[in-house]
Amino acid sequence: MAKLPLNQEQIDRVKDLARTVADDVQRFFSRHSSISVERTVLRLYGVDGVDGEGIPLPNRLVDLWREDNDISSGISRSFARAVLTSGKDPQTTAELICRGKITFNGPNKFSDDAIKEKEGELVKRAVAALDATRKRKLEKIEKHPLPKQPWRYLIVATGNVYEDRIQARSAVMAGADIIAQIRSTAQSLLDYVPYGPTTEGFGGTFATQANFRIMRDALDEASEDQGRYIRLVNYSSGLCMAEIAACAALEDLDILLNDSMYGILFRDINMKRTFIDQYFSRLICSRAKIIINTGEDNYLTTADAIDQAYTVTASQLINEAMARNALLTDDLLGLGHAFEINPQIENAFLYELAHAQLARQLFPEVPLKYMPPTRYKSTDIFYSHAQDTLFNLASVLTGQGIHLAGILTEAIHNPFMQDRYLSLRSIDYVFNIARGLGDEIEFKRNGFIAGRARQVLDETESFLKSIHETGLMEAISRGQFAGISRPVGGGKGLDGVFEKGPAYSNPIMERLEEDGVLHE
Amino acid sequence: MSETMIRPYGDTLNDGMVQLSFTLPVENGPKARKAAEIYVSKLNFKDIAVVHAERIADNFTFFVVYARAVPTLDYSEVKPAEVEIEAMSFSEINRLIKSKLNRPLTVVGATIGSDAHTVGIDAIMNMKGYNQDYGLERYPHINACNMGAQVSCEALIEKALELNADAILVSQTITQRDVYIRNLTELVELLKTENLRDRFILIAGGPRVTNDLAKKLGYDAGFGPGTVPSSVASFLIVRILEKM
Repeated sequence: MAKLPLNQEQIDRVKDLARTVADDVQRFFSRHSSISVERTVLRLYGVDGVDGEGIPLPNRLVDLWREDNDISSGISRSFARAVLTSGKDPQTTAELICRGKITFNGPNKFSDDAIKEKEGELVKRAVAALDATRKRKLEKIEKHPLPKQPWRYLIVATGNVYEDRIQARSAVMAGADIIAQIRSTAQSLLDYVPYGPTTEGFGGTFATQANFRIMRDALDEASEDQGRYIRLVNYSSGLCMAEIAACAALEDLDILLNDSMYGILFRDINMKRTFIDQYFSRLICSRAKIIINTGEDNYLTTADAIDQAYTVTASQLINEAMARNALLTDDLLGLGHAFEINPQIENAFLYELAHAQLARQLFPEVPLKYMPPTRYKSTDIFYSHAQDTLFNLASVLTGQGIHLAGILTEAIHNPFMQDRYLSLRSIDYVFNIARGLGDEIEFKRNGFIAGRARQVLDETESFLKSIHETGLMEAISRGQFAGISRPVGGGKGLDGVFEKGPAYSNPIMERLEEDGVLHE
Repeated sequence: MSETMIRPYGDTLNDGMVQLSFTLPVENGPKARKAAEIYVSKLNFKDIAVVHAERIADNFTFFVVYARAVPTLDYSEVKPAEVEIEAMSFSEINRLIKSKLNRPLTVVGATIGSDAHTVGIDAIMNMKGYNQDYGLERYPHINACNMGAQVSCEALIEKALELNADAILVSQTITQRDVYIRNLTELVELLKTENLRDRFILIAGGPRVTNDLAKKLGYDAGFGPGTVPSSVASFLIVRILEKM
């Protein structure tokens, strides 16, 4: 593969800077937890379902427990005690608590050791569930090998899970390797995970555990038909990052949108809440072998793709460092970027190649997620199709990992079946006729592309230095990413953040941290 | 045919040539291609050529068709669905505000309802603008407040009152199940209930918004895809000066 002449020492320096920035934030959030982290613990212990009013049991339980318990100790131990009290399984225990048959504060007949032992049992079961999904996925991939990268990623977004299933099947038949079920708009702001199969949504379909299962089953069938493993994507962002990660793990999802800063910037979710939640969600993804896709491409929908290219690179480095802290390995790190430069700029394609190649070389082993043009997408569908064709060329030339299909009607409507088909036709055409191009060419040492890549790397380094000085939270509050400013104490979900007390217990998190990266 | 009577143009005036592409829920084959031809003939097209047919999923076939359109249209009787404005430049607009209005023009904008897309409102309001046309924030004599996405109608009105705004801009990107029409209607209804409708110039924008639709819903104007900020600013200053 053609290589840009980059300074390895400089690459080491920017990686070190990003690591320090990430560690600094980690120190903060290792002292804190959130109500959604606590709800995730319950889900992994086996609590699911809704009460008579449709409120998810994990929410009901955390609310009941908060009313008269010291929140700083975490729910794990209280719940283990309740399971001992009921003498039943976790789900039945949860139902009994909701019906008021058992309370978190009833007389305690159990010794600390007995409670800890029960907690240990629950953790074992939770971790076994994460291990089981990882194994199931590996088996499926072994049976139906993954295709060559870039993998072709198509979206479905009807709002109705059963309609999504039909659309997904047709996209797979047309050649998709990955199906993303777009989530209903504004779900990121719900402080609970909706329940059951859903047929109404806006701009997408609600992410629920039942919907995950319906889609995964459909894709398992499609994998059998097509003889290649089809991956399923959903969103672990917003106020329920870790809970969605848990639901997705239990249903064998393969990829989750999961960014350390996206929710803060674009959904105005409190940054403390986001940093806490992303950490636990990523620990779960690591154990369940779920690829995360980060959201740097979004910066370029508001900030300029040339002037602010360094913010994308800096964010990729920070996302990588935080992901490493959460035990994610290279194969699970779908760092994001995008083909979003104004097509009226002369040599825009050369800039795009420089940016795409820079990302490739900074993160040589990760499945980079490459997003198609959206911002300058024309409603002239023929011009738009030409834009996507050039995007496809940039992708195969620079060896991207996860290739989001550009759709000719991007600026008009959610894709029709025929739009997806035309998109895949163009992708297959370009990937096929230019497959080996990247291995044949060289970048001129002092040419435009190499110079541009060096410039972005220089700007990234000085930007990371300034973040290192002020701290990441301060940098975000000063609007240094995507031109959007978010104060440390602002945004949604801060009331769900709490400081861990001396008695705090989240033994799932402890166990995952203790086991570290699994080498299988 | 009189000069104002028109038809689509392929390569000869009034040849009526049209290209169509669509999908039918049938398996590809001679019968499917015939079905496409018959279907297009039912649309009153002539000389139909089904030039491409491709199976794109089980029981779905995609077609590309060329055909001649029959009807003619009297162009002199057509009224535009878009706002008719005399587009002014950045400096002309600023000069007009300064010389005729004599005070800053205040605009509040937001994406309302559950819609999380800021792409529309940002294109018009953000400093950078859209398609090499500066956004309202860049105009020295426009005081532009962009509230972002997922703003409630109540919060938007409150902000407009607080800033004593001349105009409210509303963007809606999500169109599924006509949610944008419901959201746009809700804002107008609320303004009417509070007796504030005439206090502001009310403008809607979005991929499916047309001037006709916006006016039907009770807005002063509607702007569709591809609108540049200077078009909105031109409309605003002209309308405000008219109202004075």
